[in-house]
Amino acid sequence: MTNHWIDFKNADIILVMGANPAENHPISMKWIMKARERGAKLIVVDPRFTRTAAKADIYAPMRSGTDIAFLGGMINYILKNNLYFKDYVVNYTNAAFLVNPDFKGPGDLNGVFSGYDEKTRKYDKKTWSYQMDEKGIPKKDPTLKDPHCVFQLLKKHYSRYTIDKVSAITGTPKEKLVEVYKAYASTGKPNRAGTELYAMGWTQHTIGTQNIRAMSIIQLLLGNMGMAGGGINALRGESNVQGSTDHGLLFHILPGYNPVPSASIVDLKTYIEKFTPKTKDPKSVNWWGNRGKYITSYLKAIYGNKATKENDFGYAWLPKLDEGMNASWLVLFDQMFKGKFEGFFAWGQNPACSSANAGKIRKALSRLKWMVNVNLFDNETGSFWKGPDMNPKEIQTEVFQLPCASSVEKGGSITNSGRLAQWREKAIEPIGESKPDSEIMNELYFRVKKLYRKQGGKFPAPILNLTWDYGEKGADGKIKKVDIHRVAKEINGYYLEDIFDRSATPPKQIGKKGSLCTNFVTLQADGTTSCGNWIYSGSYTQKDEKVINMMARRKKTDPTGLGLFPEWAWCWPVNRRILYNRASVDLHGRPWDPKRAVIKWNPIKLNPLTNKPGTWEGDVPDGPAPPMADEKAGKYPFIMRPDGMGAIFGPGLADGPLPEHYEPLECPLQENPMSRKHRINPTVKLFYGITGPHDMPAKGGGLPEDIFINNDSRYPHVATTYRVTEHWQTGVLTRHLPWQMEMMPQQFVEISEELAKEKGIKSGDKVIVSSVRGKVWAIAWVTDRFKPFKVMGTTVHQIGLPWCFGWQYPEDGSSGDSSNLLSPTVGDANTMIPETKAFMVNVEKA
Amino acid sequence: MGVSRRDFLKISGGSLLIGSLGINLNPVKAYAQGLRIKNAKETQTICPYCSVGCGIIVYTSEGKVINTEGDPDHPINEGTLCSKGQSLYQIVNNPTRLTKPRYRAPGATEWKEVEWDWALDEIAKRIKATRDRTFKITSKSKVKEKQPDGTEKDVEKEFVVNRTDGIAHVGSAALDNEECYMLQKLLRSWGLVYIEHQARI
Amino acid sequence: MAKKALLISPELCIGCRGCQTACKAWNQLPAIKTANRGSAENPPDLTPNLYNRIRYVEMPSESNQVRWLFVSQRCMHCDDAGCIKICPAPGALFKTKEGATAYDKDKCIGCKLCVAACPFDVPRYDEKDKISKCHLCSDRIAEGLAPACAKTCPTGAIRYGDRDSLIQMAKKTGYAKVYGETDLNGLGTLYAFKDSPKIYGMDEHPAIPETVVFWHKVLKPLAYLGLGGAVAASLLHYVAFGPKKDEEVK
Repeated sequence: MTNHWIDFKNADIILVMGANPAENHPISMKWIMKARERGAKLIVVDPRFTRTAAKADIYAPMRSGTDIAFLGGMINYILKNNLYFKDYVVNYTNAAFLVNPDFKGPGDLNGVFSGYDEKTRKYDKKTWSYQMDEKGIPKKDPTLKDPHCVFQLLKKHYSRYTIDKVSAITGTPKEKLVEVYKAYASTGKPNRAGTELYAMGWTQHTIGTQNIRAMSIIQLLLGNMGMAGGGINALRGESNVQGSTDHGLLFHILPGYNPVPSASIVDLKTYIEKFTPKTKDPKSVNWWGNRGKYITSYLKAIYGNKATKENDFGYAWLPKLDEGMNASWLVLFDQMFKGKFEGFFAWGQNPACSSANAGKIRKALSRLKWMVNVNLFDNETGSFWKGPDMNPKEIQTEVFQLPCASSVEKGGSITNSGRLAQWREKAIEPIGESKPDSEIMNELYFRVKKLYRKQGGKFPAPILNLTWDYGEKGADGKIKKVDIHRVAKEINGYYLEDIFDRSATPPKQIGKKGSLCTNFVTLQADGTTSCGNWIYSGSYTQKDEKVINMMARRKKTDPTGLGLFPEWAWCWPVNRRILYNRASVDLHGRPWDPKRAVIKWNPIKLNPLTNKPGTWEGDVPDGPAPPMADEKAGKYPFIMRPDGMGAIFGPGLADGPLPEHYEPLECPLQENPMSRKHRINPTVKLFYGITGPHDMPAKGGGLPEDIFINNDSRYPHVATTYRVTEHWQTGVLTRHLPWQMEMMPQQFVEISEELAKEKGIKSGDKVIVSSVRGKVWAIAWVTDRFKPFKVMGTTVHQIGLPWCFGWQYPEDGSSGDSSNLLSPTVGDANTMIPETKAFMVNVEKA
Repeated sequence: MGVSRRDFLKISGGSLLIGSLGINLNPVKAYAQGLRIKNAKETQTICPYCSVGCGIIVYTSEGKVINTEGDPDHPINEGTLCSKGQSLYQIVNNPTRLTKPRYRAPGATEWKEVEWDWALDEIAKRIKATRDRTFKITSKSKVKEKQPDGTEKDVEKEFVVNRTDGIAHVGSAALDNEECYMLQKLLRSWGLVYIEHQARI
Repeated sequence: MAKKALLISPELCIGCRGCQTACKAWNQLPAIKTANRGSAENPPDLTPNLYNRIRYVEMPSESNQVRWLFVSQRCMHCDDAGCIKICPAPGALFKTKEGATAYDKDKCIGCKLCVAACPFDVPRYDEKDKISKCHLCSDRIAEGLAPACAKTCPTGAIRYGDRDSLIQMAKKTGYAKVYGETDLNGLGTLYAFKDSPKIYGMDEHPAIPETVVFWHKVLKPLAYLGLGGAVAASLLHYVAFGPKKDEEVK
């Protein structure tokens, strides 16, 4: 989230697309309804009329997987009708940048951008570059008229997304499109704010990243980024999925979004060089210029005194990926299916139900030698060997199932979607013999280390040199009980020496040896600071001798009246509640909307840091520099980007610098209405081969488990998956709760009255939903909340079903099984998030 | 609704799910005795379900959770909760919780309860055996290399990677921050690179 | 003390059922095994262990493909309460000072007259044959707390407060008529309905069955004079409604 939950109350227009907050984030509706009380409008775009749609001022139905067409039409509408916020667009975005004249778009090149290589299915991005001036800074045309400037390229690209075309692709009635476009574009004025709320409805597509990019473009055009009541807000699914991502529980990132090193990055110097972006523009803050400080402080945190300048701070001990290696979810389970792993941890997760193509995952688990399953309850993953179609006697996998303590049986912090890290206190002792996860980790750490110490083994250095100073040690050397506060402090970081600001004369001491770091601004690249995760630096700090757990704060002051509550818990980075807030003011630091001022520049008030007049008031600004108009010290607003500008043109992505509509891997159409040649995203990783001309499955194109179909009369209906208010994720934490099960006991499928009539299905009937990969039974909900779509002149039915159920519990099998048995093996071109929101199925009465 | 009152009462008269609650308080008794949470200890927590981050108060008495409800002081939820958050009580008071480690041997048809010490030692042994068997000090990668004539060419070279491809890990977005940090550190110390979790799906 | 009430506004309800669970949690009510019957609505009716439930109603709409209403169903806490009127067991059903229709299970004789007397089909009987229904969390409100359902509601679809101010508030926000303002001498569960009550599954003009009113006036005092509670009740039941039938048949 760029903004935060309470901030929804500040919006004038709330666009919910790719999310269903009333069901999956119900309390957010408190703030959405508050906005509506003020006269704000709620717009819901969804294939299905959801509980959120039930509260909408405008509801627009849309076929799953066509969001870019929908949003492309909105970009076209905004540009055609001059509804964009010109001052913002010219000064704060890359709209004025001049792009390489050789750049061509899908309109010119039959569905692809310039640089596409069909063999490798990858782009050579050479032509997606900017024209540079003699100083090495991108050339700009502030009039936005140059035919090669981003603005004109944008205009040309989206001129193809006409209302007629968009309606034919999405199935959204034309008048609904215009109604939504008009309402949302009304926020292109300085005193109007529009926010967008998305979730898995946008990410779980082969064009997932570009769905979000399309909306970012709209938010930049309308000047909504950085504003109170604005931004783009990912409504994340789990209580700490923000934190677990921040802390790098993913193959490609270490804590704090530092990339995992690959093989050819042979030492720390090369790492820092490669991952430190450069800019020659003095007005750009280019925050990632600090990379060296963050990675070095991380190495100091995990290897402590063992990390020295001489041994490259232990950089060699970090495992490295091969060049180009992708170890993400779908690949991981593909490797497992192929018998590549001996061991596997499923720790607080239930992939046998939550993964796309769950049938393949269940088979893959049987090819392991051993598995460790940590959970509160038994689940479909831990007990996979006794699941449907499994013969336990033939399955050789050993499984260890370890009971962990629940959230109220331990202390620690979690980070919500708004980046707010909140501390939880322990209320009771763990139930039965269950242990807090940290204790299980502590045990495994100690026992594995002991084995290496006693027996030796392969490359023991990273195991023996890891810091683990989390409490008092017993006689055997094991930490008796993990003091979770010590972990939080390691994450925050320590000054390992006295630290001085050497740019000041005389050098000013900014850190005292042995104290907790104040924040990441004081971190060093020379090994004199340690910090487990730089973005959390400042979360557990000290003032003089007093140590303060900032995440446990509970003071409820709201000086701006915007609901920022700056002294309630702690928000990363540096307690900033709204990201990109420097874009909420004009070039002189005056709020675009004085009624909703996130920050403002006070030119008279003394700055406590510099002791000179001129300081920011309000939220913690995106950097302390004076407003952009200040000739000497002024800075651009988007400080995390090397050029300091909001990216309308995004040359960093795998599948194009501007979002383009491609159909899902499985869709009801023979060809892509936007570009005949490329039906699907031309850069997705294929697990099952395709053949031309319309990206159809190649005969024998891969494992039978990965098969897909397209435009196939056996599977004529579009399907999507979702959750319900009463259950959470695969249901492991809700199917065991009688109160929740009473309300939502069994798998269901929602189908339209029209389709039900065709199939002779009545509400309450048991039906079979099948894809080319699997089938599930479900109870039919025949409803007007789904309606057939008119797509390219034909009628397309869409259905939907939740993925909250599984065979293992209730033990009588009465709740059904996961709808992920139906979904395909394919992921987004950038993130590899599986496409579980659009695939093709059939529905028949059981 | 497609069910008659008679049918329904049959269902409702049937099996009651789980006797975790035990008592069915007579409201007038409660009315007379005052609130049942009157002398309970209050602990603030944050809801473990979605990412809104609602505050919940856990009421405990004699080491047992006797009630959970929204924290009225919390600025996001202001005392309110959805049905999932309201059910937190049943996460703790739940007879189906796992309370002892279990082991399933190769080819076994049932779980067997085991002692922690044994399970942890056995897991540690397997981690070491698999790691030692599959550890890669070096691995080949294709990289672009500048040629004397200034062009770039793909060449295969051997690099130090110090990793194991024999063990994979998934999870978890349900862990606390401190645990996530400990876990990534621990897994990487063993050399794992196949580390994924809910954020990817 | 000022009379208290709940104001239920379906237009604000998001159907999250926090209230349905909060009620269960506070009142320690177990769940039953249900089946999915083709809708989100579950259980399909109030039970002795379900005092409050959300009904999900799909309606045609002018502006959209459908209208989806979420309506809380529970005891209406009538001022002129049919259940109290007919109840032959002294002190089993009574009004609290806040206006809640509460009950004492120990005094309930299990006659089920209240079932027939309720215009809203609310009272249910537990496995010990004692009345069981929403009592407005009488234990909470006596201590100045809001009932569990109102406290948990994220959007203000269930509000608790002084009855007069709730009515004023509803009127101020555009509801010319508040359902229950005057019916049965004023209901303790008020609704802000945008359309006809029928759409929300409510009678336009709820009333206590005539027979109940009559027998309340004539027979109940006689019964108290001469007969013990249980005997009186069955006599009363016989005279008022005929031979006792299987009460499962509605």
